[in-house]
Order: sequence, then structure tokens, then C-alpha cells
Amino acid sequence: MNDRATPLVEMRDMNVSFGGVHAVENVNFDLVPGEIHALVGGNGAGKSTLVKTLAGAQRADSGQIYVNGEPVSIENPRDAKALGIETIYQNLALAENIDAPGNMFLGRELTTGMGNLDDSAMEDATRKIMARLNPKFENFTRPVAFLSGGQRQSVAIARAVHFNARILVMDEPTAALGPSETEQVRNLIRRLKTEGIGIILISHDIHDVFDLADRTTVMLQGRVVGTVAKGEVTMDEILAMIIIGKAPQDLTQSEIAEIRG
Amino acid sequence: MSITELPPKDAEQLVEDVPRGSLKGLIRSTEIDTRMLGMVGLLLVIWVGFNIMSGGTFLSPRNLWNLSVQFAPVAIMATGMVLVIVSRNIDLSVGSMLGFVGMAMALIQAEILPNSLGFDHPLTWVIVLLIGLLLGALVGMFQGFIVAYVGVPSFIVTLGGLLVWRGVAWSLGSGRTVAPMDSTFQLLGGGSRGSLGEVGSWVVGGIACAAIIFGLISSRRRRIKFGFRLRPTWAVVGMGVGGCLAVLGAVWVMNSYYLPENVARQVAEERGIPWPAEGLQIPLGISYPVLIAIGVMLIMGFIANRRRFGRYVFSIGGNPEAAELGGINTRWTVVKTFMVMGILVGVAAAVTIARLNAATSGLGTLSELYVIAAAVIGGTSLAGGIGTVPGAVLGALVMQSLQSGMVLMRVDAPLQDIVVGIVLVAAVAVDVFFRRRSER
Repeated sequence: MNDRATPLVEMRDMNVSFGGVHAVENVNFDLVPGEIHALVGGNGAGKSTLVKTLAGAQRADSGQIYVNGEPVSIENPRDAKALGIETIYQNLALAENIDAPGNMFLGRELTTGMGNLDDSAMEDATRKIMARLNPKFENFTRPVAFLSGGQRQSVAIARAVHFNARILVMDEPTAALGPSETEQVRNLIRRLKTEGIGIILISHDIHDVFDLADRTTVMLQGRVVGTVAKGEVTMDEILAMIIIGKAPQDLTQSEIAEIRG
Repeated sequence: MSITELPPKDAEQLVEDVPRGSLKGLIRSTEIDTRMLGMVGLLLVIWVGFNIMSGGTFLSPRNLWNLSVQFAPVAIMATGMVLVIVSRNIDLSVGSMLGFVGMAMALIQAEILPNSLGFDHPLTWVIVLLIGLLLGALVGMFQGFIVAYVGVPSFIVTLGGLLVWRGVAWSLGSGRTVAPMDSTFQLLGGGSRGSLGEVGSWVVGGIACAAIIFGLISSRRRRIKFGFRLRPTWAVVGMGVGGCLAVLGAVWVMNSYYLPENVARQVAEERGIPWPAEGLQIPLGISYPVLIAIGVMLIMGFIANRRRFGRYVFSIGGNPEAAELGGINTRWTVVKTFMVMGILVGVAAAVTIARLNAATSGLGTLSELYVIAAAVIGGTSLAGGIGTVPGAVLGALVMQSLQSGMVLMRVDAPLQDIVVGIVLVAAVAVDVFFRRRSER
């Protein structure tokens, strides 16, 4: 399927179950440098659970993750970050009562020689990255609870890209955004791609996916339906995979016609 | 990843923030917490009210001095309670812990150490104090462990602790009053000898003023260095002058309370001063408990704002999931908040038994309510994530002023409890009301 380079990430035979429910079942997934690999599927398809195992937010029951070909063990978010895996969560995972610089450096605070928080340096770094990501961003000293949806999203994205991520997981990065902000995020994703970062993009927006993704993996009820490359399939075929759960070659014309409605 | 760094953005650099017409904008540009101002206002109302009702007794140096000494243990514990509540927990056991740790420290210095060291050994106070802090830390760690790693809600763990530690205090002391305390240890409680005296108090006041001015200047320098927005000059000058006046005024009041004549005679004798016919007025100055409380406030404020631990506590209160995903060891952080609380209970217990020169099994009963009320009045939100250490200390001053005022007015003990209970509920109600309003 893909032999361009050693995959940045390879997840083999991943399984996660909650009680008796298989949220993720025998899933294989990989990502190469400079690639945008979209992960799509309906609610409860297991997309978020799968990427959470990569981010260290969810333990897998079985399966092995490789980063740059090396088997790794990701027990918690710290492990993931140490491997250069940064995640933008659907709910953004911001501490509402803390300001933007505090959130950006949460868990990785800059300190002075004495080990005290260096708030000025953190604010300075945040201003620099925001000048690039979202030049309109101004609220550097107010708790993020006071910020708009787009500004909060900027903070979450800034946090992920500031720490030299090599693997970026974006779970619904544009769900809370207006049209112009969505376009900004799309541009950012394209730019990060050119810098050689591998991006796993979870999105409900099929246009986002069709537009941005080099490859698209479709999941349904915890299983992978199929992985398709850009240009191989039409948007309708992807939709059919999501809804019916069959790989494109197994789809009948009538099924596709039904989707097209 | 290469980020093309743009030059810092446009004209807001180095410009003083211009107030936007309204009073709100004016206050905001000074970056003074409006809630703090409100609390100072409330305190002034209470003070003036009690002063009028008591015919001028409340604001006498004697009453204010006593008030300051009694306020210290509540203030010390309230600074720790802020962190506990900010992390979405509560500690109902601090009063009973104070009883247990206080009783243990009293027994050690009154009945155990004298057997080996003899009475009033110079090291006794250090040994006793360290054991007290250690005991507090262990109790806090134990309770925090059950909360964070076993997963029992802190309300239940510390409600159990409230009964357990009180019971332990009773069985340790067999219901007795344990006395007297080591003579050096007693200094921790204030009293006629446990104070800085006139000169020392002015020196401390002077240092505090210098620190205020230095803090304002260095904050301004830092903002200039990074090109951040500046506070208006008038606000900085006003804060400096206001802060220094408050400090020096407090020192003046503390220095206006004099030793009672019989103690003054003793002191004069010790210092070899002849007793003049018209009497001798020796100012007490700032008492050690107040000095300890101020020190604790500075340290805890520093921990809350300038250390990773404090930042983690606040992030857990704001969004526990975000803290966890940020790679923070949230469970251990919670254990540490309870440990800090325990250590502070140890400090408060030392001050309390030193002041009373004794420990009883009922020591600290109901003080958890004063401490929690102080934190909440001081702006700590029971929903977690919000609170300040200086606010809690101000809250402690409000609570102690209420109590002291009621004692002065000869209000019956049951009625005092009723008032404290109502104030506690009202403070939380106000908190809930304002937060709900600001959410809209």
C-alpha cells in the first residue's frame, strides 16, 4: 500500500474494549512523514479511542505501536509527548481558569534557574507563536474561559505545534469554528505538512477530508472498513464506506446511488 | 519545526494602558482584583460597625493586637485550604487534626522530652515543632492518598478524619489538659515576650515597604523588557504609597499596645532599667504568630503562583482531564495539597498550644468551619480552580473580626455559632450567584 518511507507511526492489531464493547478491534494504522492521514467514521466508530491510545490518554488492551520503526510503549501523555506526538483534542483540553500561556505550557512550564515559573518568557513565546497562527489573538493574560471558540482553538493548536511535534493528532480541529477560522486551520494543516510533520486528522467534515487528506481510513463499529488514497475514490464512495461499511471495490452501484440520494 | 518569527506586533508595545472611560476600565488597568477591594471594604464595614457598637473598644490597639494573634492560626490554615479547595477537594478534618497534633506536641514537651532532656532544654522547641510538622504531613499524606489513589471523595475521607483525629486526641490526652509548654516554645504563641518589640516591628515594617516598592519596580522592568502593556504610572505610585501606608499603620497600631504594668516591671528589671515613678510604657509590637502567619502567606502565595506545583493544582481545579492530558501527575499533586495542608495544621497547632500554654482534647473544635469560611469569603470557589492565598488571609481576618467583635459585644456562644454558620452559607451563596452571573 505505502512504501514511500519508514512510517512515522505504525499501529498494529490494536484492541480496546470497554466492558463487553469492542471500541477498537484489530485495527492497523500507519502514518508517513509529511502525510495527512484522515480517520473518518460515524459516531462511536472508534476513531477517538484509537488516537487516544497513541496520545497516551487510553490504554490499549493489546496491539503494538511503532514510532520510526521502533516498538514503543505509551503509558501516559508524557510518554507520547516525549516521542514527539502532540494531540489536539476534540474538547480542546484547556484549563478554563488559566490564561493562554499557562495552557500552552501546561505540564511543560518554562522555569527560571531557581525553578520558578517564568511567566514572562512563557507569555513572550505565546505571543510569538500567536503572531504566526492567529495575529488577531490578544488575550494573553485572561483565563481562557473568557475567550471565543476560535481563540480557544488557537490556544490548543499553538500548544500542539510549539513543541516541535513530528506527529500531530487533530481530533475535529474545525468543529467549533466559523468559516474564516476553519480556512485558517486548513492553511495551517497544509503548511505543517510541508514541514514534514505527519498529521492524523479526524473530521466529520467530508469536504475537509477530501480536500486535505493524502489517505483516508474509514472505521465502522471499531473496525477498519478500508484505507483509500487521494484520487482513488470519489466523495460519494467515501460516504458509502462510512455508512454501509464496505470497501469501495465491494460497493455496488445501487448502494452508491442510494447514498447520492 | 521552523517557525518564521514575525517581529512583535504593532503599537501596543510599551504603551501605558489607557483606562477606557468607565470606573471598571480604570480599576482593570491597575490590575487590582476588584474582589479584593470588596473584601477590604467589607472588613472596614465590620470594623467600623463593631467599633461604634462597642463604644470605641473594638479599634483600640489592645483589641486589634489580640485580634491579630487569634487570627494567625486560622490564616495559616486558610492558605492551605485554598489549594485543597482549588483542586476540587475539601478538608473537614483540620480542626480535629489541630487537636491531635497539638496534643501530641504538648505531651512530647511536657511529659516525654523532660525525662531525657530535662525541662526547658534549648532544643526542645525545635524537636517538638519538627515532630508536629511531620505528624501533620503524615496525616495529610494518608488522607490525600485515600482521596487520590483509592478514590474516596475527600468530603468523606476528611469527615471520617474529623472523627478519627478528634478521637485520637482524646485518647492521647485521656481528656486532660496538658501543661505547661516549654518556655521557648511559648514564644511561638505571642504574648508579652513573643513579640518583636518596638524597634524590631519598625524594621519589619520598613522591609515590607521596601519589598512592595521593589516588587512594583521589578514588575515594571520585566514588562518593559518583554514589551508588555504597562500599568498607568499613577496606579503604580498609588499602589506603592497605599501599600506602605497600610503596613506602617499596622505597625504603629501594634506598637501602640503596651505591656501590662506588672510584666513591664519584670522586663525593666531584666534589662536593668530603673522603674520611673510615672510608669514605663513598653510597646509589644508585632507578635510572632502574626509574623509566622505573614511568612506562611508569602510562602504559600509564592507556591501557588510561581511554582509548578501551584500551577498544577489550579489546572486540576480548572479541568482535571486537561491536567492529566498535559502530562501532569494529578494524583500525586492532590496528595501533596493534603500534605501541605497537614504541615500548615502543624504550624497552626504549635501557635495555638503555645498561646494557650496548654493543650486540651477539644483544641481546634469547629476551626475547620472558620478555615473553610475564610477561604470561601476570600474568593475561593468551591467548584474548584479559583482562589488566592492573600484573599484567604483577608477572609481569615474577616472571620476573626466577626468572632472577636461578637465576644467583645458579649454575644452568647450559641449565637456566635449561629452567625458563623449563616456567614459561611451566605459567602458560598454569594460566590455561586456571581459565578452564575458571569457565566452568562
